[in-house]
Amino acid sequence: MSTDTSSPMGDPESNGRSVESLETVAIRFAGDSGDGMQLTGTQFTSTTAIVGNDLATFPDYPAEIRAPAGTVAGVSGFQIQFGSLDIHTPGDRPDVLVAMNPAALKVNLPTLEPGAMIFVNTDAFDARSCEKVDMPETVLEDDTLHAFRVFKVPFTTLTRGALEESALTTREKDRCKNFLALGLMYFVFGRPLEHTEKWLDQKFAKKPDMADANKRVLRAGFNYGVTTETIATTYKVAPAPIKPGTYRQVTGNTATAIGFVAAAKLADNDLFLGSYPITPASDILHELSKYKHFGVRTFQAEDEIAGIASAIGAAFGGSISITTTSGPGLALKGEAIGLAIMTELPLVIVNVQRGGPSTGLPTKTEQSDLLQAMYGRNGEAPMPVVAAATPADCFDTAIECVRLATKYMTPVMMLTDGYIANGAEPWRVPDVEELPKIPVQFRTEVEDFKPYERDVVTLARPWVKVGTPGLEHRIGGLEKAEGSGNVSYDPGNHEHMIRRRAEKVDRIANDIPDAEVIGDTQGDLLIVGWGGTYGALRAATTVLRKRGHKVSHMHLRHVHPMPKNVEPMLRSFGTVVAAELNLGQLRHILRERFLVDVKGLNKVQGQPFMVSEIVSKIEALLGSPSQEAVL
Amino acid sequence: MSVATPLVKLSRNDFKTEQEVRWCPGCGDYAILAQFQKVFPTLGIPREQFAVISGIGCSSRFPYYMNTYGFHTIHGRAPAVATGLKIMNPELSVWVITGDGDGLSIGGNHLIHAMRRNIDLNIVLFNNQIYGLTKGQYSPTSEFGKRTKSTPYGSVDTPFMPLSVALGAEASFIARAADREQKLLGDILTEAAKHKGTSFVEIYQNCPIFNDGAFFNITEKGTKDDNQLVVEHGKPLVFNKGKQGVIFDCYNPRVVNVDEVGLEAITIHREDGPLGYHLALARMHGPELPTALGVIRRVERPSYDELVNAQVETEIDKKGRGDLRELLQSGHRWTVEG
Repeated sequence: MSTDTSSPMGDPESNGRSVESLETVAIRFAGDSGDGMQLTGTQFTSTTAIVGNDLATFPDYPAEIRAPAGTVAGVSGFQIQFGSLDIHTPGDRPDVLVAMNPAALKVNLPTLEPGAMIFVNTDAFDARSCEKVDMPETVLEDDTLHAFRVFKVPFTTLTRGALEESALTTREKDRCKNFLALGLMYFVFGRPLEHTEKWLDQKFAKKPDMADANKRVLRAGFNYGVTTETIATTYKVAPAPIKPGTYRQVTGNTATAIGFVAAAKLADNDLFLGSYPITPASDILHELSKYKHFGVRTFQAEDEIAGIASAIGAAFGGSISITTTSGPGLALKGEAIGLAIMTELPLVIVNVQRGGPSTGLPTKTEQSDLLQAMYGRNGEAPMPVVAAATPADCFDTAIECVRLATKYMTPVMMLTDGYIANGAEPWRVPDVEELPKIPVQFRTEVEDFKPYERDVVTLARPWVKVGTPGLEHRIGGLEKAEGSGNVSYDPGNHEHMIRRRAEKVDRIANDIPDAEVIGDTQGDLLIVGWGGTYGALRAATTVLRKRGHKVSHMHLRHVHPMPKNVEPMLRSFGTVVAAELNLGQLRHILRERFLVDVKGLNKVQGQPFMVSEIVSKIEALLGSPSQEAVL
Repeated sequence: MSVATPLVKLSRNDFKTEQEVRWCPGCGDYAILAQFQKVFPTLGIPREQFAVISGIGCSSRFPYYMNTYGFHTIHGRAPAVATGLKIMNPELSVWVITGDGDGLSIGGNHLIHAMRRNIDLNIVLFNNQIYGLTKGQYSPTSEFGKRTKSTPYGSVDTPFMPLSVALGAEASFIARAADREQKLLGDILTEAAKHKGTSFVEIYQNCPIFNDGAFFNITEKGTKDDNQLVVEHGKPLVFNKGKQGVIFDCYNPRVVNVDEVGLEAITIHREDGPLGYHLALARMHGPELPTALGVIRRVERPSYDELVNAQVETEIDKKGRGDLRELLQSGHRWTVEG
């Protein structure tokens, strides 16, 4: 939490309390999987966006749908950082923890700094629940929490009290208690209730008693704040200076989905998605299945292979085609990706990375599929790889991938990760006119048609819709003769085609923007990142530069081929550090490609980078540049 | 599949390609290719509306020899590739060419799900009961105990019967043909083309190199009369030049002499009959029973591609064709003033 210097003010809405102004706050809502913490977090996020703060969120939930109640394994958390300035991450350590039960307290206590506020549901701290997580029943009374500002709130009792006259069952009433927590946080941070109330009316349009109950509890939470004397101070977080425009909240997965709908529209074509459900990518399938009136056909296939195979079939037919998956699914798709490379069909493969190997950590984030994306196929099988940097950037990345796939007649790998896929940020909705056009030319001319005749600039072969008279032709996974596309076992032709396919991908480097650089183009240390670590690396770089270090940050969206400024940048700094959530996969590629002694800043814990850990490791490295700096 | 009147009358030669056909001499695939090239021009479908999709194996070289749109994909995945193509291009006549290894081993999953969905594909499985292209290992349809390169002491795998699999997978059209029964093969391909939904055709196909004569008792003079029963909808199940017939008793088939029981006692074949009957009929085999060829089951139910595209049309009728601006502006929004 960063405080600005202004003194407490007499605010007419402060209910007689002192009001403190803050620049940034990070709140973590934590409870049992069934406690509705994700919903609470999302609602707090929507209201916070609407009042004009910048923000970033991090939902962190278990793989089990309903882990045993009250256990550490079943804790579901949602963290949001918001502020009056640019926010790039959900915050390293929460300033405020809302703990709905002992398990939530137990899991999150180690993440808190002394002085953090903890709101606990005292009703949940009975002997049995405390014993379940190996905590003394006296935890709220003894000195375990002495370093923190603890607010003991009987959430369940207050909820039942607010719903005394309701006809709902006790069980149903108790399920509303997350709205009590939400109402209380709205009070503490001076947010209006109306957006959530409106949302409840819409959500429960057919169950007005449920809408009413939740609204009552929300208000009861707010009013509890007003009346209780334990909360002496409330906080004000002024709106951030945000570029004017219309905004909406998006997660990376939603942005990916509507990005592809937009891309198909921009290409004046219909969209096909072949996909098999897999965490954390399934939400893209869910979202796209809603857009039938955009001509989108989603196909829930029998397995990962059928997901991509059906997309290849649709691409052969002339549609904008995609498949979505996560790491283990990508492994299954490898052979089919090779087919798309050999048949030179446009296709986008979205890999929402998660912790691996094998089943790994399905709900946790990681960047450990970069080498799989680059090389995970038999034969010489290069393909473009583009990685989205933030939740909103998934929209632009989806469009970019379709542009490259159709222009160069190649499959394209789009990498996101669990962190940006589920995380949300405000997104300035673009005007349709701002979006790039995707001009797609289908071959219809019969004369001199050769299925593998290449465009002189892009080396792309022609795309023909099945059904075009006179252009009947056969393609397949066997090596093709240049031009005719007939099966060819000719040794010289094989090497020629291998080199042509690689060169086609390499030529994309002429058609992409420079990698974004935060800071100067030369200095002592360059942090190179890619994908979803953008926010943390950028925030850390800002801190380091404020402290006077000559540090810059270069971020790769186009990972293969790389933008042209990458090499000169790598050569313009005393030290280069590749910071990534794996054991050094980008580092490996940079060292191999540019023969630069890139160092690694690595973390593989299923969790995103914390800004503070990057800052401290980079400072250590600046003090002693010979070390490897592995986190 | 919409059957349009072709502008140009097509002939067998229109479906031949310049590629040299490279199956082994005497391979049953030649006869099957000849029937395809004979049947396709008669279907009233323009040539560019045909797509022939295959996996991997001897049979899967097929698309290279058909002058249509063609796709030689990867092992076992042809039904999935064809599914994506058909969903987005429902007007096409899409044919999947597969074999017993490609379709029932590595690709078994895709095959059953295509049939369950009833996608409007024509799936033709060349069953030679052996792996030919990898040079002679047993396949999932090879008989128990078969000695092959990979089973020198005899296979201990129980085989699939492709039509049983198809029926278990809810197939709406199943038929069996044989490479050496040319006219019947042509008729069955024509019926398969006409059927809306997945048509599954098993073709007994001789591999002269690794499994020669596997079906000769069903297809060759001297033995075939005793062992082959061609079924026809509404007609009694008779074989052996009408001398013998099959009676189904609680789905149990038994062979009778027609002159002993009378023709009226013989079971009448119904393509829309009960599933249990179709299963028992499809599973008949020697030495006690004849093997059934022909269209065994044909029932009507909506195809997946039809339903998917109907949903798209319904939503467009209801909401209007999706507008990009509206899409971007949907959901909870707020405005930040300059």
